[in-house]
Amino acid sequence: MKVLDIQNITKVYTDSEIEVKAVNDVSLSFSQGEFAAIVGPSGSGKTTLLNIIGGLDKPTEGEIVINSMNINKLSSSELIHFRLHNIGFVFQAYNLIPVLTAKENVEFIMELQGKSKAEREKRSLELLSGVGLVDRINSRPAKLSGGQQQRVAVARALASKPMFVLADEPTANLDSKSTETLLEIMEKLNREENITFIFSTHDQRVVNKARRVITVEDGRIVSDKSNS
Amino acid sequence: MIWSVSWRNIWRSKTRSLVIITAIALGVFAGVYTIAFMIGWVNQRINGVINTEVSHLQIHQADYLETNEVHCYIPNIGEIRDNIANNEGVKAVSSRLIASCMISSAETSSGILLTGINPKCERETSNVHTKIIKGKYFEGVKRNPIIIGEKLAQKLKVKVRSKLVITVTEMDGTISGGAFRVAGIFKTANSAFDEAKAFVRISDLQKLLNIEDNVGHEIAILMNKNGGENIIAQKLRRQYPKLNIMTWEELLPDIKMLNESTDFSLYIYVVIILLSLGFGIVNTMLMVILERVKEFGMLMAIGMSKIRVFTMVVLETVFLSFVGGCVGIVLALGLIALTGKIGLDLSLWAEGLNSLGFEAIIYPEIGTVPVVVVTVLVIITGILSAIYPARKAIKLNPAEALRMDT
Ligand SMILES: Nc1ncnc2c1ncn2[C@@H]1O[C@H](COP(=O)(O)OP(=O)(O)O)[C@@H](O)[C@H]1O
Ligand SMILES: [Mg+2]
Repeated sequence: MKVLDIQNITKVYTDSEIEVKAVNDVSLSFSQGEFAAIVGPSGSGKTTLLNIIGGLDKPTEGEIVINSMNINKLSSSELIHFRLHNIGFVFQAYNLIPVLTAKENVEFIMELQGKSKAEREKRSLELLSGVGLVDRINSRPAKLSGGQQQRVAVARALASKPMFVLADEPTANLDSKSTETLLEIMEKLNREENITFIFSTHDQRVVNKARRVITVEDGRIVSDKSNS
Repeated sequence: MIWSVSWRNIWRSKTRSLVIITAIALGVFAGVYTIAFMIGWVNQRINGVINTEVSHLQIHQADYLETNEVHCYIPNIGEIRDNIANNEGVKAVSSRLIASCMISSAETSSGILLTGINPKCERETSNVHTKIIKGKYFEGVKRNPIIIGEKLAQKLKVKVRSKLVITVTEMDGTISGGAFRVAGIFKTANSAFDEAKAFVRISDLQKLLNIEDNVGHEIAILMNKNGGENIIAQKLRRQYPKLNIMTWEELLPDIKMLNESTDFSLYIYVVIILLSLGFGIVNTMLMVILERVKEFGMLMAIGMSKIRVFTMVVLETVFLSFVGGCVGIVLALGLIALTGKIGLDLSLWAEGLNSLGFEAIIYPEIGTVPVVVVTVLVIITGILSAIYPARKAIKLNPAEALRMDT
């Protein structure tokens, strides 16, 4: 099943009269259950592409269809609502609300969705044990390591039961041990629960874990192949 | 959970929050305490006017207040007085003879309003007898005792037991005089009253004026509690259409205005304090937003609606002001309770205050209404100060906010 389809996406930034084509005529589609990496050097357009896919940024040209719904014409408020119910996000940093505990952070997004207290409690515990943090549920982010914070972010991204999870360089700030743990968890969730992950990276060790590798350079896709 | 997030957020930057909370607390403290001070002050003045000077109601013959003429008297005053005394809510009634006269000592003389009273009735109606600072209230002098104010005593250079000569115009126009002896000297909060009023027994003044029995110029009525006078006034106006019946507010419209304008100007004063605090709050919240740009970007990215982000910022601001406001109000109430009991001594400025009719020791007091009004104003200030920063927060573009360098 196709969860995401983008056609001829171009994003042009005009910075003091100079035009930068951050994304240049990109077409891609993803199916349910993929574990895909977008790879490229810094400045190649990975973040811009993920932001457009996730409805955080509007493309200059092109169409985005998520779960057979065209999101191009949604207003910024409609997009917020759409993201809440359809897309999970993991950012490089600043993922969590500092004043909430790990469990409250996971519950927070479900509360935004209007889920009941009982359901929030149950699911947040399930998800946090799934990412191996059952003993840290009452810790605030500042008391967690960078790797643990990213694992909470993954749990939070899944809490809303999204169509797919977008992760923009989720391991960029992590040491190699934490990077490995985080990827193992993502892989396990992908394998066992068929969750679709699309993540960007410029770390070769992370690339090696992906089953599909999309390489971008200067905003263009230069290769898109499966990795087995 | 937004409430809890907002509440916890204000403690993220403890110093900054404490600074603004302290500022709000001090402002509100000053505002509330000033309100209590002014209310206490004005109420003391009003109580002084009612209990010492005019009572709740006064009745005169129709032309009396304009002319002050001896022959403008109320006939059959005894029956009227007794009839009024039977009304519910009436505490005491006193009927008086009044004559404008010259009062002379060996040194000098002065024009005053001499009031002839029945000391027994008068004690119930007015508390002048409690204001005696030298001598006694109609005791110690057998023939023609007179009670005068301290200011007048100073002016005439007389003491207790000094002799004073009173010159009046009798009913038929002839001038006559009588000798009186000072039995007591009183001092009220109002030095103008102390200078212009003197009291003698009604029978003594009646003889001096050569006026018939059972008449008087003034009936003063004291109620059991403030506010009851209007109903009685209406009733008496129907009963005695020919007499001039006035409440203390009508007799002293400036005092009434003082009472009303005080409330209004106090709220203006509080609004001005809060307005200036509001700018401080706006500034603080703008700093907060600026520091948390990435966090707001993240929140809107993962699906927190603009209205929720807006609410979160508003709640944060309201909590900040509410905490400051509560601290300020509690401190103020504490000081009001303390100074309300022991009084705030302004005797350094006593002379000036007394010449305006105000007491030198102020007992601040406050009701529930001003406290509630101030609390509501503080919350409104919080909400209004939040609007601009909160709008800044929701106008952030999540993609750009997340890209921001830290
Ligand atoms: N808001 C912006 N304004 C102007 N140029 C931008 C903006 N955001 C990104 N760019 C440019 O777009 C290109 C792609 O950036 P980005 O998507 O962040 O790449 P990556 O995530 O691969 O490092 C870069 O050249 C960057 O300078
Ligand atoms: Mg990037």
